[in-house]
Amino acid sequence: MSYFPDTMPQPTPVMYEADFWNACKEKHLRFQSCADCGHLRHPPTPICPHCHSTNIKWVDAPEEAEVFSFTVVHHASHPAVKAKLPYVVGILTFEGMDGVRLVSNVTDIPTDQVKIGMKVKIWWDDIGDGNFVPRFRPVESK
Amino acid sequence: MGTSNRKPFIVGVGQSEYTKWGGIKDRSQFQVTAEAIVSAVRDAGLKVTDIDGFTSFSNDTNHAPLMQVALGVPEMRYSAMVWGGGGGGSCGAISLACAAIESGQADVVVAYRGLCQGQGQRFGLFGGDRPHSSFIFPYGLFAPAQMLAPLVQRFMHDYPIKPEHLAEIALNARANANRNPNAVMGDKELTKEQYFASRWIAEPLRLYDCCLETDGAAAVVITSKERARDLETKPVEILAAAHGSGTGWGTGPLGSHNMPTETYSSTNNRRIARELFAKAGLTPADIDVAQIYDHFSGLVLMALEDFGFCGKGESGAFVEEGNIRWKGGKLPINTSGGQLSEAYVHGVNLMIEGVRQLRGQSTSQVENAETCLVTSGLGTSPSGAIILGRS
Repeated sequence: MSYFPDTMPQPTPVMYEADFWNACKEKHLRFQSCADCGHLRHPPTPICPHCHSTNIKWVDAPEEAEVFSFTVVHHASHPAVKAKLPYVVGILTFEGMDGVRLVSNVTDIPTDQVKIGMKVKIWWDDIGDGNFVPRFRPVESK
Repeated sequence: MGTSNRKPFIVGVGQSEYTKWGGIKDRSQFQVTAEAIVSAVRDAGLKVTDIDGFTSFSNDTNHAPLMQVALGVPEMRYSAMVWGGGGGGSCGAISLACAAIESGQADVVVAYRGLCQGQGQRFGLFGGDRPHSSFIFPYGLFAPAQMLAPLVQRFMHDYPIKPEHLAEIALNARANANRNPNAVMGDKELTKEQYFASRWIAEPLRLYDCCLETDGAAAVVITSKERARDLETKPVEILAAAHGSGTGWGTGPLGSHNMPTETYSSTNNRRIARELFAKAGLTPADIDVAQIYDHFSGLVLMALEDFGFCGKGESGAFVEEGNIRWKGGKLPINTSGGQLSEAYVHGVNLMIEGVRQLRGQSTSQVENAETCLVTSGLGTSPSGAIILGRS
């Protein structure tokens, strides 16, 4: 069973976002970089803001991330999250990937123990139809 | 700002009744907006047929071409909107109007926003289409409070900002609203105990850290110095207007939070602040009163720093010392009750309060106020601000 019920809004990528989610189907978290100058960027964009090349290379992210910031959500803005309240949305950074932050959930931890700077590790949530969403849990847990 | 006779002035303000969410049922949002525009034009001592430009922002659905027809405006010479969500474009709509006036593309521009959330999308709930939605919705990041809370969390982690400091923003707004009979929360007091007992919305934001959900509309009329001179109402000069965004914000907090680390816990207004004060020939110490966009309390603290009223990380101590209070504070803010306690009309109500202060008509009047800073929605892209001056 997925983390949120299947009524949860799912990714609906626009054209140049599709490869990010295609990699997720294979359980790979990959960020977009410029094939010419190596500039990293997220969310995906069709052109490098540094050298304006449209050549793209996808780079694997490390399995571990760090909590840069977060919120504990207590209000159900969508019926699908009601049973999960309170839940944590983290803003995550990855070593060696300057300029990239990922929004995801921090799971498997009491909400009052989430801290900025804590290390978390990716797990893949099967949301059905061959799609996977990356979520994270503290490194020291299972 | 501008030269000679084309300098822009605000000559009229108009607002509907402000009610809580779903409170306006007898008229459409479009009608309420049209009425606010008419009332602003009358306040200026102008005729509705004098209007020749319209500006707005965000996703305002009260389309100017329809407004032109509804109001019988003979020639629309200028119509423009500012990109971006929320109230980030409110002061940008003023800066567009200034550009039109200064360049002679229009003579009488109405900047307006009609926002009856009870009749359309409720911002606190999941709603259809947002850029970068694939990178936030699957994780349950749906509403602005949730989106901006991580900025406040990081801000409180990096600097000595305490929950009591967020509370002070909410309590100040309510105390000011209690003097304003038109404020939605005009007759409801708020104590520190009630604040801390209120429920979490998205930590570190509690219920009272979040703006109201309002039905209402508000409008401001801008014209040239030349035209303003002949009017009977007291014109208010727009000393400076600026909007825009810093490097790399994109959707910023409303999307996937990829703005630069140095500006992450900020209002996205540091360049705007520098430009604004330079244009106006003023320093922060010259500002008598400010209306700071208070969608969420923590961003107001960041704004006090970004606009230079105190140093980096010092906003907590600044508000703790009573500096934002009416009366007696160094910089009374949100004197109508702001969006936490007067009304949430995407910041146009804050501009109207700025004008009231400089006309001497506020219910929390700062004595001899000569300058007022008004900001747009904070932590958005674009954001913006204006400085108003008594003429």
